[in-house]
Amino acid sequence: MATQHSRSAARVMMAPAVILLLGWMLVPLVMTLYFSFKQYLPLRGGDLGWVGFDNYVRFVTSSAFWPSIQATLAIVGGVLVITVILGTFLAMLLDQPMWGQGIVRILVIAPFFVMPTVSALVWKNLFMDPVNGLFAHLWKSVGATPIEWLSQASLPSIILIVSWQWLPFATLILLTAIQSLDSEQLEAAEMDGARWPSRFIYIILPHLSRAITVVILIQTIFLLAVFAEIFVTTQGSFGTRTLTYLIFQRVLESQNVGLGSAGGVYAIILANIIALFLMRIVGKNLDA
Amino acid sequence: MGQIQLNQVSKSFGPVEVIPPLDLTIEDGEFVVFVGPSGCGKSTLLRLIAGLEDVSGGHVLIDGRDATEIVPAKRGLAMVFQSYALYPHMSVRKNIAFPLRMAGLDKAEQDKRVTQAAEVLNLTDYLERRPGQLSGGQRQRVAIGRAIVREPAAFLFDEPLSNLDAALRVGMRLEISELHKRLKTTMIYVTHDQVEAMTMADKIVVLQAGVIEQVGSPLELYQRPRNTFVAGFIGSPKMNLIRGAEAAKHDADTIGIRPEHIGISSTEGTWKGTVGVSEHLGSDTFFHVQCNASPEPLTVRATGEMALSYGSEVYLTPRQEHLHRFDAKGLRLE
Amino acid sequence: MARAVTTQRKTLNTIIAWVIGLVIFFPILWIIILSFKSEGDAIRPPLEVLTSSWTFDSYAVVQERSDYFKHFVNSVTLSVGSTLLGLIIAVPAAWAMAFVPSKSTRNILMWMLSTKMLPAVGVLYPIYLLFIRLGLLDSRIGLVVVLMLINLPIIIWMLYTYFKEIPGEILEAARMDGATLREEILYVLTPMAIPGMASTVLLNIILAWNEAFWTLNLTAAKAAPLTAFIASYSSPEGLFYAKLSAASTMAIAPILIMGWFSQKQLVRGLTFGAVK
Repeated sequence: MATQHSRSAARVMMAPAVILLLGWMLVPLVMTLYFSFKQYLPLRGGDLGWVGFDNYVRFVTSSAFWPSIQATLAIVGGVLVITVILGTFLAMLLDQPMWGQGIVRILVIAPFFVMPTVSALVWKNLFMDPVNGLFAHLWKSVGATPIEWLSQASLPSIILIVSWQWLPFATLILLTAIQSLDSEQLEAAEMDGARWPSRFIYIILPHLSRAITVVILIQTIFLLAVFAEIFVTTQGSFGTRTLTYLIFQRVLESQNVGLGSAGGVYAIILANIIALFLMRIVGKNLDA
Repeated sequence: MGQIQLNQVSKSFGPVEVIPPLDLTIEDGEFVVFVGPSGCGKSTLLRLIAGLEDVSGGHVLIDGRDATEIVPAKRGLAMVFQSYALYPHMSVRKNIAFPLRMAGLDKAEQDKRVTQAAEVLNLTDYLERRPGQLSGGQRQRVAIGRAIVREPAAFLFDEPLSNLDAALRVGMRLEISELHKRLKTTMIYVTHDQVEAMTMADKIVVLQAGVIEQVGSPLELYQRPRNTFVAGFIGSPKMNLIRGAEAAKHDADTIGIRPEHIGISSTEGTWKGTVGVSEHLGSDTFFHVQCNASPEPLTVRATGEMALSYGSEVYLTPRQEHLHRFDAKGLRLE
Repeated sequence: MARAVTTQRKTLNTIIAWVIGLVIFFPILWIIILSFKSEGDAIRPPLEVLTSSWTFDSYAVVQERSDYFKHFVNSVTLSVGSTLLGLIIAVPAAWAMAFVPSKSTRNILMWMLSTKMLPAVGVLYPIYLLFIRLGLLDSRIGLVVVLMLINLPIIIWMLYTYFKEIPGEILEAARMDGATLREEILYVLTPMAIPGMASTVLLNIILAWNEAFWTLNLTAAKAAPLTAFIASYSSPEGLFYAKLSAASTMAIAPILIMGWFSQKQLVRGLTFGAVK
């Protein structure tokens, strides 16, 4: 519903955003694809010619690949399980009447605003340090030997740190979803004789399913890209080298750009598959 | 001056033609009402005149000048929207002054005209308030104020009263009519309410599915509806339309008779029937009567109070001079 | 109708919620506490830490290292700069999509959001290379552009949803009142959308402030914001707990406060409106 005049104005006004994003997407993407088919070592001879799919094969067959996939899955899966379960619980708790609800909500949300490097560094030193960390003091106070968290339990430690950062996000979204639940539905179920567990399973959980899906998809995209937390804590050692970190090492540390780019293409494909599902949900909502 | 002429104006949204080519002339100073059921294209027609939509074909002439390619701002028309479309972040004063500010008038002139408009519309005490603090009727007046300060060639009203409650609507109807009498500026008014059309218009344009069914003064439309659609649309309660044997007696496919043109008696008359529901308004009484002349119950209007119990027998007598005859296509037979 | 809840039940809720809330908040609280301790006290067992004396020394030290403020200024420049630049590009685009929608509007929006999901690591080298070639490595202007591009889809999306709530008739009224497109956006749309714009700005400043992939990989000394400054503490000198805490407190405090103010918008922005 508009005139020709406003339609042409609209095109002009959208142009900068569209062109910029198109460039931002296409230029690096094409370059990554280009490098991924090359033997390219900037510090050791530079461009050594086309190698076909060699980089793709080498990336997958390297001894670091499967462990990196495992580490990635462990971190993504671990954080998802923790944040979704705790998030649902917290959201339902925060929805209950209580004193100081606003303050509690602020306390719970706070970790999300802590920059990843700060949170990683603080956890690493102030809490998980085997000598002076808070956990070490606690362990010592009950006579136990302090755990060297980031080497002995490296993956769980990183999962703990990342979960702490993402729990607020899950809670906030699930809380928003719970608050949109019509309380009359619950009252109707109560009148129908449904006890609390049944009400949770048959009313609350189905209502939350969409929000949970959104949490899972969005977190997955961000969790696949977890970087600073590993960069600051273990630098990828002790089995915490994720796919993202592996690619980072190939590209910037060992300067094997061809190999790293092939890995990058894998990461892009992986993210796109997840994004596709997310976009479906967001797109549906656009029509509503 | 404010003469508006539509020459073969048409509008399509994609493959859907909502307004087939139509011609219409609105004379300077006329109060013209576009009326029709929702979705008949009356608002679209108004927006074409305003320039908020492009015509798909034809020309819009304002005072003889082709305005088809001119942007809304430059057409010299003012519009009052259904939702009032007041700027919520501006005071009433700023709202009314906005078109003047856009036109680049100096501050003193702006103030003068705003003050004048506020006096006319009884808004003087509310000038510093925000639209959110006003009642529906006051908001409506601000919207009108914003329109009149521009001294436009014509006013366009898009269902301006439909968001008001019934009592307020009657009051505002009078105020707008009053305004027209005083300003003598062309007004084009869109409504789906035939009562508004009948009470306010100099000229009514009845639209259905983008097609003009009839153009005429309220009384012309009432007395000589050109087809069954107009016959059924204008007048309240609706005209009774009877088909079949009874119509054939009058050499017509359909005959129409308004409720107020049927006499009702418990002893004698042309048609025998049974009283159904009766509606008592005090000033009038409406009866729904099932009779042999028509498969549908007929509505009959009796002046004043009249008591007839449900199910009792009555006789109806249509007044022949008020009988309307229509052919198989629904067109009026003279 | 909300039902009356027994005081007993409410007390129980309150206690559980506060305990959990404090546990989650504790790491931040602990950072703040340690930042007011001397280095010697900061590494003692928790109870001794609490009873030891308070001091501003660590802040003074972090402040003395002039580079704290340099990084702070960089963080402000990058986050505010990228957000404002993004806003300038996003407002016209969002206006067009919200008020002159066409069949492709939805697809364009979806595509824009999907660029947000491109894994940064996949395009790390090309961007790195482009930055070297263009002489943008370790420059603030380069990072402002990158952060703007990363957040542009979210800015456009948020503005789009806010603009969508503004009735089109008001803009049409402005058009009838003689406003040009520029005046329509400047005098009518923008003032009406100010609450929405404010939360968009707030959220995007937070996101840019905390961005820790590009800021770590594309900066060295000159343009490094606080994320990189803090990361430099991962070397052994990080064991200066009090100074680390003081620097961390100063790095997160502004954003923490802004975040608390914009939590509602945060949900909306980050879920792309998929959860109401």
